[in-house]
Amino acid sequence: MSTLPSLILRTAVRWIAPLLLLFSLFLLVRGHHEPGGGFSGGLIASTGFALLTFGYDLVTARRLLRVHPSALVLAGVGLALASGAVPMLGGQPFLTGLWVTIPLTGEAALKLGTPLVFDVGVYLAVIGATLAMLFAFAEE
Amino acid sequence: MGLTLTLPLLLPLVAALLLFAVRTRRRASHALAVASATAALVASVVLLVVVLRDGIAVIAIGRWPAPYGIVLVADILSAAMVTVCALVTWATVVYATAWIDRSRESAGFFALVFVLLFGVNGAFLTGDLFNLYVWFEVMLMASFVLLVLGVERGQVEGGIKYVALNLLSSTLFLTATGILYGISGTLNFADLSRVLASADPRIVSVVAVLFAVAFGIKAGVFPLFFWLPASYHTPPVPVSALFAGLLTKVGVYALVRVFTLLFVHDPGWTHRILLSSAAATMLTGVLGALAQQDVRRILSFHIVSQIGYMVMGLALLTPLGLAASVFYIVHHIVVKTNLSLIGGLVERPGGTGSLARLGGLFRTRPWLGVLFLVPAFSLAGIPPLSGFVAKLLVIRAGLEAGAYLVTAVAIVVGLLTLLSMLKIWNEAFWKESTDRPVATDRLPLRLVLPTVVLATVTVALGVFAEPILRLAHQAAGQLLDPEAYRTAVLGTTAHAASAREG
Repeated sequence: MSTLPSLILRTAVRWIAPLLLLFSLFLLVRGHHEPGGGFSGGLIASTGFALLTFGYDLVTARRLLRVHPSALVLAGVGLALASGAVPMLGGQPFLTGLWVTIPLTGEAALKLGTPLVFDVGVYLAVIGATLAMLFAFAEE
Repeated sequence: MGLTLTLPLLLPLVAALLLFAVRTRRRASHALAVASATAALVASVVLLVVVLRDGIAVIAIGRWPAPYGIVLVADILSAAMVTVCALVTWATVVYATAWIDRSRESAGFFALVFVLLFGVNGAFLTGDLFNLYVWFEVMLMASFVLLVLGVERGQVEGGIKYVALNLLSSTLFLTATGILYGISGTLNFADLSRVLASADPRIVSVVAVLFAVAFGIKAGVFPLFFWLPASYHTPPVPVSALFAGLLTKVGVYALVRVFTLLFVHDPGWTHRILLSSAAATMLTGVLGALAQQDVRRILSFHIVSQIGYMVMGLALLTPLGLAASVFYIVHHIVVKTNLSLIGGLVERPGGTGSLARLGGLFRTRPWLGVLFLVPAFSLAGIPPLSGFVAKLLVIRAGLEAGAYLVTAVAIVVGLLTLLSMLKIWNEAFWKESTDRPVATDRLPLRLVLPTVVLATVTVALGVFAEPILRLAHQAAGQLLDPEAYRTAVLGTTAHAASAREG
């Protein structure tokens, strides 16, 4: 794909793409109890790469992603599946949420669980699937 | 319990992931595909045995209880469907290792086959209406990609018809689900069947018809079948065989599920519609097949025709009728997949499926002729093959229920099916060969073995029909007893609550 000769887009993308990636991580971790989650986070992260593709070119976007999109799908679905399978080791039904509470300083405590792993899996799978489609179109 | 019910879903998904990872390595992916298909078959047989022994199996995914969470439910019908589908998937996968070209393989052919199985099994095992929709979509996506994989021109055209019609069906399905949720406030099958008993029967009838149309498109019922013959003959043989065996039968399964569990408020009306549609399906399918001159097109039209028999058993809504439906579905999945696979072997030497250009195959491959006759005669209902028992059951159920006209149609269609099968036999095997040289190369074992296994199953289903009949009767008994389903899913407390309300 020929690069768009827009200096404005290029300059803006340099700032916006990293911000989008950070925001997507924020949405991912926020997602369990409040709006957000792996799916919307993944979409926003792939928007970052989409902007890179249009502002710069396909090669740059591919280089910055480092891995092939389909590998991300594979890893994502695998991770989601694994998070669901872990409770089965303890005789619980598939996808049962397991939680651990990590005490932090003072009153604060961090609750981590398999749903977060599941969400990370969704996040990766969504980025992978969206970018696989986008890159395929951008090649033509 | 949890593991036996979730493994038929988890195994295909894990297999699909692994196969996608090794898709460019030919030997590894072949070995892995056959091993996974075998594992899926074993897991489904275990599920069937457990369900036959302990009754309806239920698991609440994520331990969220029904009706709020999502349950997987396996009664005998579901477990039997999962088992038969695993069997034909096994046969198709073995066959495909010798058939599918390298470029389709490295595009992820085997992974997609297992995604398809994942969706199909999910549709059979879910106890939730919205989840059924999701599984249909999983299935649709996988099947669409399989249909257009490798892009040949005819393939894309058939694929577009297929996806357009199926999307229409999904839209109707989703709309009907929305209305149903609006009037009942639940989507759990067991809970729905409890709530719908006291809902306004007029709205329920409207929703019932919407579902009949949505699932009717998937099942290929008259007058909604035209997408099927347009698309099924275009992809490679293993793909058509898999589609012929699995896809429409999921539609029939969905019809059976909702029209025994949910919409039984006014059978004189809803099931009458199904019955007339069943008769028309049988007749138009077989007439369409008689008009065709291409092996795979003929076979596609026969799928439509045979769907009519299954829907007829359901529409009668008698114990015998439902048992006939269950037996028919099991028989049909095996026979139809096998016919498609053998149809591929018939086409292979000449590279064409056109009857006018085939011929003389019996001279070079007499055993292939015999092998073809097993599922072909079974489809037409010749004893002692499985199709005979299946047709006999349907016809007996029709006579018992006093539906003489439909029964007459069923008998005539059986004869016409025989005629159409003999047409293939005469043209492809018996007729003197045309000018083209007849291929004499040996067929690889991996192409022949699956067809022999499936043919053996067909014979066994006919000769040792008794245990399968008992299974079909048990399945029908469960289908006609929604109370048992509700108790299994919602537990005794919900049972007590519904008794209090009533």
